[in-house]
Amino acid sequence: MADLTTRIGTLTLKNPIMPASGTFSEELAEVFDLNCLGAHVTKTITRGKRAGNPVPRVCEINGAMLNSIGIPSKGAQWFLQNTVPFYSDYDAPLVVSISANTADEFARFAEEVSVPGVAAIEVNISCPNIEDDGKAFAMKPGATADVIRRMRSATDLPLWAKLSPNTGEVVEVAQAAEVAGADALVTANTMLAMAIDSTTGRVRLGNVMGGLSGPALKPITLRMTYQCARAVSIPVIGCGGIATIDDVLEYLIAGARAVQVGTATFISPTTMPRLVRELDLKLAERGLAAVNALIGTVDVADEAIAIAEYA
Amino acid sequence: MPASLCVIPDSAPNTPPGRPSIHELECPVKAHEWVNGQYRLLVVSAPRAVLDCEPGQFFHLLCPRTDRFQPYLRRPMSIYSYDRAKGEISFLYKVAGEGTGALASLETGDSLNIVGPLGQGFEIRPQWRRPLLVARGVGLATLAPLAQECASLGLPLIAICSARSPDLLMSADLFRSFGAEVITVTDKQGNSDGESLAPMVEGLIRNRGIDAFFTCGSARLLRMLQEIGARHGIGGQVALEQNMACGIGMCQACVRPFRRDDGAVNLRVCREGPVFDLQEVL
Repeated sequence: MADLTTRIGTLTLKNPIMPASGTFSEELAEVFDLNCLGAHVTKTITRGKRAGNPVPRVCEINGAMLNSIGIPSKGAQWFLQNTVPFYSDYDAPLVVSISANTADEFARFAEEVSVPGVAAIEVNISCPNIEDDGKAFAMKPGATADVIRRMRSATDLPLWAKLSPNTGEVVEVAQAAEVAGADALVTANTMLAMAIDSTTGRVRLGNVMGGLSGPALKPITLRMTYQCARAVSIPVIGCGGIATIDDVLEYLIAGARAVQVGTATFISPTTMPRLVRELDLKLAERGLAAVNALIGTVDVADEAIAIAEYA
Repeated sequence: MPASLCVIPDSAPNTPPGRPSIHELECPVKAHEWVNGQYRLLVVSAPRAVLDCEPGQFFHLLCPRTDRFQPYLRRPMSIYSYDRAKGEISFLYKVAGEGTGALASLETGDSLNIVGPLGQGFEIRPQWRRPLLVARGVGLATLAPLAQECASLGLPLIAICSARSPDLLMSADLFRSFGAEVITVTDKQGNSDGESLAPMVEGLIRNRGIDAFFTCGSARLLRMLQEIGARHGIGGQVALEQNMACGIGMCQACVRPFRRDDGAVNLRVCREGPVFDLQEVL
């Protein structure tokens, strides 16, 4: 058995496979033993109760899903009284994903969820379904830094900033999060998208626009993972379109220290335990003793090839 | 009612950790036949674990990808029948779109990946002694195992089966085989509309002592039964459909608004349903 452990700042995960926020909840315990995962990441919660968006909340396109769920939330009290005790039966660390409307609210909410049983906070500054036209804090370095800085002074828990693919300033946002005190980056949330039924002319999501996820998103978020891993010294957690063990390997090679599996769990609820098993086999197959040996080993086209092209 | 007025309910998952009860597995196709011009009957072999299911529950099917159809998400499918002795489960479905079009390509011996059993099934309450089943279209398949359950409980059963045309009344004979008295109505015969059905249902309450409604397959029939049920104090249940992604309760995609306590709540059709109290549906 290879050493699958990976470190995300001060946390040691028993393996690099964990769920992506919004695609995981207590119900999955009825499918497999959740202890096999590297960490547990909750669906994003807001401080107060929140209803979410009108239906249809999901639709499929080829090789991808669009969603505009809109973060329905039972609120902070429900989380503290029910969710935290549920996960305390497991030794995998619990990561709570939170959202708020302002940097101040993010800070106050971070303080409130900093309780025993919570190992880290994932900062959802990148949901495209909250504000008009998919706007989010993580589209701009300044707004990102503001949220993280205020949260940093409100809690001692590790902060994982979940970044957005809906920005032209990927590296600047990543560095702003790091400087402001983030302990890790998650790359990335869904990409703002839209679908129309050509027969009826009707939009296919109740909220008009929504987030694209699934295999079609992978090349974009893999690229972001590579960009961020080169630009910051804090750990990067890859997320986007992971369904197979080769997807996992690609993200690790690109520089991710762990990965999050999302939409694939909807297609096959046993995806994550399968990926844990297959990662062990793949490492053995390659003669690698530890997952660490793979991280950041991407082989980019070297100078000789570039020169040859122009010869 | 706008969804923004609804909040999701304070209900906890009802199974403790460490006890898997939902299974994902490959099932060999035993038979796959057309039963009429639109519907196909799919029978798969299934192990005992998934056959601990109940009428009204559903499975989430991974439809194969074909040259013509590339469904990405699974498709929820209500149970048409299950047989623990034979180790099989069957689905009766209408070939209608991308998912069912792909499903229709399966041949005997092929493998079908299923997840389930999922959701809450029908509950026949002890005080319900003379149930009336009112099913239309695809709902005829969903109510079939309930008819069998009523038969095994020794309950006298009346079923109104509704469809566009007589050839699409595919469960009527099955209902009769469970001892049900079957009334068929079709659009073609012009006796399936509410104006024809409401007096029929009222007559069955008056003359046959109907004390519970079970329905599936038509929003129009649901409204009619809600109205008649409210007036006569007759309860019942309805199996609903909604666009789903995960089928297990994680994604919150398949919510619908329901009347609970003082207000409206969004409930997940896959998790709190697909069977709901008749009068709670908004």
